[in-house]
Amino acid sequence: MARSSGSLGAYALSRLLLIVPMLLILLTMVFLLMRVAPGDPVQSAVGGRLPPAQIAEIRADAGFDRPLLVQYFEYLGDVATLNFGQTITDNQPVSDVIIDSGGATLTLTLAALIVAIGLGVPLGLLAGRYRDTWADGGLRIFGILTYAAPVFFVGLLAQLFFANYLGWLPSSGEADPITFVDEVTHILLIDALIAGDLEAFGDAALHLVLPAVTLGLLVTGVFLRLTRVNVMQSLGGDYIEAARARGIKERAVVLRHAFRNALVPVITVMGLQVALLLSGAVLTELTFDWPGLGSELIAYLNERDYIAVQGIITVFALAVVLISILIDFVNAVIDPRVRY
Amino acid sequence: MSGPETVRGEARPSRLSRVTKPFRDVQGQSRWLLWTGVALTLTFILVAIFAPLVAPYDFNQVGDAAGRFPKQAPPSAEHWFGTSVRAEDVFSRVVFGARTAVQVVALAVIVSMVVGVPLGLVSGYFGGWLDRVLVLIADALFAFPYLLLAIVIAFLLADSDNWLIRLVSGAVGEGVTTAALAITVVYVPQYFRVVRNSTLSAREATYVEAARALGARPRTIIGRYIFGNVIQSVPVIGTLNAADAILTLAGLGFLGYGIQPTEAAEWGYDLQRAVVDVPADIWWTAVFPGMAIVLFVVGLTLVGEGLNDTLNPTLRKRRIVPVHIPPRAARAKEAPTR
Amino acid sequence: MSETQDERFRPEAARTDVLSVRDLRVWYGTERGPVRAVDGVDFDLRPGETLGLVGESGCGKSTLGRGVLGLLPTGARAAGAVHFRGDNLVELSDKQMQTRRGPELGLIFQEPMTRLNPLMRISQHFEETLRVHESGISKDEIRIRALGALRGMGIPPTRYRNYPHEFSGGMRQRLMIALTLVLRPALIVADEPTTSLDVLVEAQIIRILHDLRRNFDTAMLLITHNLGIVAEACDRVAVMYAGHIVEEGDAKQVFSAPAHPYTRELLRSTISLRTTGLHYIPGAPPDLADPPSGCTFHPRCPDAMAVCRDQDPVEVRTSGGQRVACWLHGPDARIPDGGREPLSRQEISVADEA
Repeated sequence: MARSSGSLGAYALSRLLLIVPMLLILLTMVFLLMRVAPGDPVQSAVGGRLPPAQIAEIRADAGFDRPLLVQYFEYLGDVATLNFGQTITDNQPVSDVIIDSGGATLTLTLAALIVAIGLGVPLGLLAGRYRDTWADGGLRIFGILTYAAPVFFVGLLAQLFFANYLGWLPSSGEADPITFVDEVTHILLIDALIAGDLEAFGDAALHLVLPAVTLGLLVTGVFLRLTRVNVMQSLGGDYIEAARARGIKERAVVLRHAFRNALVPVITVMGLQVALLLSGAVLTELTFDWPGLGSELIAYLNERDYIAVQGIITVFALAVVLISILIDFVNAVIDPRVRY
Repeated sequence: MSGPETVRGEARPSRLSRVTKPFRDVQGQSRWLLWTGVALTLTFILVAIFAPLVAPYDFNQVGDAAGRFPKQAPPSAEHWFGTSVRAEDVFSRVVFGARTAVQVVALAVIVSMVVGVPLGLVSGYFGGWLDRVLVLIADALFAFPYLLLAIVIAFLLADSDNWLIRLVSGAVGEGVTTAALAITVVYVPQYFRVVRNSTLSAREATYVEAARALGARPRTIIGRYIFGNVIQSVPVIGTLNAADAILTLAGLGFLGYGIQPTEAAEWGYDLQRAVVDVPADIWWTAVFPGMAIVLFVVGLTLVGEGLNDTLNPTLRKRRIVPVHIPPRAARAKEAPTR
Repeated sequence: MSETQDERFRPEAARTDVLSVRDLRVWYGTERGPVRAVDGVDFDLRPGETLGLVGESGCGKSTLGRGVLGLLPTGARAAGAVHFRGDNLVELSDKQMQTRRGPELGLIFQEPMTRLNPLMRISQHFEETLRVHESGISKDEIRIRALGALRGMGIPPTRYRNYPHEFSGGMRQRLMIALTLVLRPALIVADEPTTSLDVLVEAQIIRILHDLRRNFDTAMLLITHNLGIVAEACDRVAVMYAGHIVEEGDAKQVFSAPAHPYTRELLRSTISLRTTGLHYIPGAPPDLADPPSGCTFHPRCPDAMAVCRDQDPVEVRTSGGQRVACWLHGPDARIPDGGREPLSRQEISVADEA
């Protein structure tokens, strides 16, 4: 039964093709959700503030007067060309909004992910290895607590303690009001580096700490419990016993055999946590006054600016799909069995 | 030692003790976690049911016969958890918030199950294109940030008017209904997926194959054989979903898309109000509702995880009974060293 | 143990034994009381010798094999002596055992399908094993040794960098054997190595194991419930029942002239082309938490006598050279009056239900 392992390239291609239906469904969902609302979207956004002629013009531009099916294909075409239209309320290209604020959300989410992986996975390994000891119990409770505490509550507590009481860290915002850096990538940390402004960089970094750790803690618990369960199941594997029978040292058995094999399902599920992370990011941005896409989304939602909302949610959906592809790819690199 | 007549061990265990056996077998730590979870959950449910008796004041009451309550007062004898910026008693709000949470989550979980479980059964059993389409939709719903989904749904439902919504609203209030339905949409895919996977594996069991060969109708097979197997995983998912649902409800409330403040108290909404209190070092408006959320969610999660640990044989660690091998000299039987 | 004890077993060459097990007991703890999986077992192994260990499922042979190597699950305890190269393995610490496992002690498992790490190439398996026990060994040297071991198993060097899932069950078992052999252990325990494989593959594997003694002077404990394999590949055989070795001796001798009733019944139960009616031993193996008094086989033994129920049998040597623990072979001095009375059928059947 000699078979050679499939090539990575072929696998990547096949996964990409499978993603298309998922993407289509997501986009269709977004489209339908935005169209299901009763009443006229434009009217509810700016009705009463603009003359009717202009309202009609906006509506025509946005395509709201055309039949639903036509709108649908227009929407898909627009997404393909990354054209998200103009916001209704403040009349700027939605792509501008996304580029301006996307960087902040990206920074926050990435930093939180690093915190979560750096904290959650090793702790989960410890808990799984020393299962049913006090360490394991304590870690499990920690994992549950970090998930149970709503991210905005943790944020408030963090502000109360670290900002108000200890005064170590700033309590909100992305940077001090006086910090100013030329916007190149619209990612503050990177822009500060590009400009060589170390003080701005430090200021931005300090402001990042509380929100990133808050959001990171939320997902830490998930990763901790995930890693723990998978390490436990891994340690029961037959190849573990065989390795011990060959005299492999316990530490190597746990790390090289059990842990590595446990990581495979952990990474797969990590992809699903993106949704959790993005939801949490929206809440974190509101708690810390973080100028990211989440804050913008809520602001536009309150204004009933459906085009802006549609655009932002579309970007979120695209991000989820992209990360999903990435995770699949990483999975294939790690697990040779997957490449068939 | 027993002679030939003695039957080993105790009498045949009763049905009740057979059911509780896995729970009694569970090693100390998991058992402790499970019971703590049960205690916490029960406390909140009881507080929710008996809210008017437990809370000294109503959830939006700002004064009593003695006069208006002080605004933003720290915890005291009259107001155990202090008062809010609108002079509401925080303790009462927390208690009534429990009632809101239980109402919304119970409704959401029940509806999710009622919709998700049959869908999963049908999809898993019949397979085919229906199954594939449903799975694709469920996966897409999973990928979508749950809070955004809930927000949008809550948003849309708030504006719409529908006989079903009106019917349920009559019983529990409009905001509760809206929030519950928004949460339902988010969690139906969970039940669907778990039930579908269970159904798939149960369907391949040999006794099901035998039943099919005998010509049993799908309805019989599903109802009698598969349902029993599948239903086992539902309580675990149910409790964990309930925990999640509380967080989603709080999230909705925090963003302002949940229950209207005039209608009922809600912890998330209170936390949103508390955001401006924090810079002024007013901590009691944030800490108490927040702790309530944490404790309730922890309680439910512990129950769910505890159930999972006890009912899932691969994770369950049996009690290790220590064994002592007596030294040879102490052996009672006459036996020369072999 | 006393000098006479050892002499009784191997008067001629007690000192050159690779393995010398004396009164090994392995008990598990359960709620019902200790389960006596191995309850006082003695045997020896010489270099290059293969000892077959046979018995029904649940007789404790797997536990015995694991117990010798110290690879017992949590909750099991071992007592007694396992003399191996000057040490008593039962008394060594985990760390000391870990250094011996691999280069001196090897274990071949039953189900090869899941015994290799699916994320590691075969080459990585070899590299890891060799590096742990021979630190400083170069990668080239590893490759040479590994390919040599694989060649001995009939696996071409082109497959060296494959992953486990790319091999069939039989090939995986050969891989496992190669991996075990590459360190040249002095003692190998093979725990039902061919039970999960089909007959043709089984024959190949047995031939490989058979050749081990010639090529490497390895002592092997071959655990199986398949008497045919024992006849093919083993020098000596030990028959196990309910945690005790009831008969042990040269394979040809034991199979042609079995001394113990259980061995006799086992042989009769084997199916061959000449079988016209199925023979079986009535009853079921005993509950090891509450074993029968006296000889553990007495409830099912067609030749059971009164003394069999009352006293533990004493080990004797038969004229044929086997060791056997059965009152049928004496010693007469120990049997009380009336002890030779056959046990009544009624007592046997009641004991059967217990």
